[in-house]
Amino acid sequence: MIAALLRAWFTTLRRDRVAQAMVFLLPIVFFTIFANVFGGRSGATPRVSVAVADESHSALSARLVRALGNEKSLKVTTAARDVDAPKSAPERPLTRERATRMVKDGDVPVAIVIPAGIDTSMMRFAGDTTVARVTLVADKSDPIAPQVVIGLLQKTAMTAAPDLLARNGIADFGRATGGLTSQQQKSVDEWLPRLAADTAASATDSSGAGALLPVDIEDVMGQDQGAMMISFYAAGIAVMFLLFSCSGGAGSMLDELDSGTLERVISSRIGMNGLLVAKWLYLTLLGCLQITVMFLYAMLVFRLPLLSHLPGFAVMTVVTAATAAAFGLVLATASRTRAQLSGISTILILAMSALGGSMFPRFLMSDAMQKAGLVAFNAWALDGFVKVFWRNAPIAALAPQVGVLLAFLVAFATIARVLARRWERA
Amino acid sequence: MTQSPTTDAAPVMRVEHARKRFGDTDALKDVSVELRPGELLALLGPNGAGKTTLIRSIAGRVALDAGTIELFGRAADAANARDALGVVPQDLALYPLLTARENLETFGTLHGLRGAALRERVERALEWTALADRAKEPVRRFSGGMKRRLNIACAVLHEPRVLLLDEPTVGVDPQSRERIYEMLDGLRTSGASMLLTTHQLEEAEARCDRVVIVDHGTVIAEGTLAELVERTTGRALQVELKLDRRPGEGRVTGEWRDGRLVTQLPDLVNALPALLDRVRAAGCTVEDVHVIRPSLQSVFLHLTGRELRE
Repeated sequence: MIAALLRAWFTTLRRDRVAQAMVFLLPIVFFTIFANVFGGRSGATPRVSVAVADESHSALSARLVRALGNEKSLKVTTAARDVDAPKSAPERPLTRERATRMVKDGDVPVAIVIPAGIDTSMMRFAGDTTVARVTLVADKSDPIAPQVVIGLLQKTAMTAAPDLLARNGIADFGRATGGLTSQQQKSVDEWLPRLAADTAASATDSSGAGALLPVDIEDVMGQDQGAMMISFYAAGIAVMFLLFSCSGGAGSMLDELDSGTLERVISSRIGMNGLLVAKWLYLTLLGCLQITVMFLYAMLVFRLPLLSHLPGFAVMTVVTAATAAAFGLVLATASRTRAQLSGISTILILAMSALGGSMFPRFLMSDAMQKAGLVAFNAWALDGFVKVFWRNAPIAALAPQVGVLLAFLVAFATIARVLARRWERA
Repeated sequence: MTQSPTTDAAPVMRVEHARKRFGDTDALKDVSVELRPGELLALLGPNGAGKTTLIRSIAGRVALDAGTIELFGRAADAANARDALGVVPQDLALYPLLTARENLETFGTLHGLRGAALRERVERALEWTALADRAKEPVRRFSGGMKRRLNIACAVLHEPRVLLLDEPTVGVDPQSRERIYEMLDGLRTSGASMLLTTHQLEEAEARCDRVVIVDHGTVIAEGTLAELVERTTGRALQVELKLDRRPGEGRVTGEWRDGRLVTQLPDLVNALPALLDRVRAAGCTVEDVHVIRPSLQSVFLHLTGRELRE
């Protein structure tokens, strides 16, 4: 008897493709996404993008920049076009201001500013106010990148310019102890070029660490990191549940199809176009309300700075809700039954949320994962919210996100209209 | 019946040579139907005969492969032609969480009613459906009969001149059914013409002016009940005599079925006493007598070879 029931249930499962996808495909999709998010398939450390502004223009700084460029864990940018310059404009070596702007805009999480006089400041002892210090301009919302860059910077200094480190250290030592004897000085002078030559020939595989290079960290975002994470998760969770509510709301059309109400409505003067527009509008308004409630709650309970970001929030909320509403219409018009819609939307929305950054910030993902995430429209929505709340971006800076979301909206609306034709006339 | 349809006037709706195929199935093969002004026309047929496809094609929900549909002399697909049409679907196409009044207001608005006209017609519809005292209740709490009445009311708020009703009384109790037909009679009084599908042959017989019988996508008979009887079973009444035993072979004319002698008598008054005399002469005792008038049921059985509900 038990066997008979097992057979019936497995036969049912075999014929229910959505259930199979939920059972087998969804876990694999999730595993793949998170395996890639946290470390990648090869287990290699994700590359950190870093901008380097060389204000020193010395032999040391040149060696440092070159060595940083050779680091496999870093993706170094040393030149960029001026802000607002056309794409045809030539790139120019980064200045402190331009590198800082790149961090603020979210182009890179960290910038290194090598100041003038750095060549005489390495290996100098603390407390000396004349020492030039490297500035690490960082967006601390990324908790990993600045630490990675500090470590690599120190390692690079040690391996790229050990002769200069030694020279400066010995000079400090001499000042403190009354100087080297002429014999000692002669030996040092012979040794330092050999040290430089050896280093140039060697790879960057040394594990040197410690405060060889004086570094200051400057957080350019100037916000409380906790509040920023709250704004991120408010957006992430709001967008994920927006997708669910849009798919559920659009799915009411399938209930109306079953009850005959849909046919009655499209038989009236409003027709199918009117029905779809009305449903899209309803879902858009509902979505705006849903996101607003979430952010209001975050403002009241977690002190999210909503009021100071209101225009950007309004733009992103309306555009995101409108696109999610059209996405919901696509899911509903593509589904034959409510159960099918429920299964498909669960799989798609969870996968999109993981890929698009609702569960884990996209800027902490590898480059490849960040690029892959762009196929999910919610990634653009989250990028927009991040720009508003983290980067204090002006509304004009939201143009790429808004543009792409509107393109998705048009595509979704077109697909939904085409799919809805099967309800219109047999 | 409230009034006789006008037989010599131009039909309000005309379907000619309608054909529709779904995959390998011919839903409509060559169907032609006319609806006359003020008429209540019954569309009968077994399940799968093509009734709903015909109704849906008139309503514009199914595109015909061939054939034409006219409403008041214009192609049904012409602009605004279907504004004169009201469709009562077989399903209870209502919003269950909205009240009766809210449902009426919604569908009235969708049919182009606004402001005072909408309010006035909603009030009238609530009275008409005898739901005025339940107007503020969500529809999901209503009985089947109440939902059916509201389902009809939502389709006629815009006062269509032609009403298509797909099984308007399915699943309702006799009182509600009576109430629904009273409502339909009221609409006919105001000049509406109606085409309805039903499985209730007695209803079609009692309430409708004419009958169209479709089977396998084809019209197999059309006319008033009297015309159909004349053309099929004939006007002869059927008499069934329950006897204590079977009469001897050749003594009495008729067919022996389940302890009953079944025969047709064109002239009942004169022929029945003679039949009873012959039965008694054959040594049988008459235990019961049934006289059955030719009905739509017998016509349908004669034409399709099966009961309507098969």
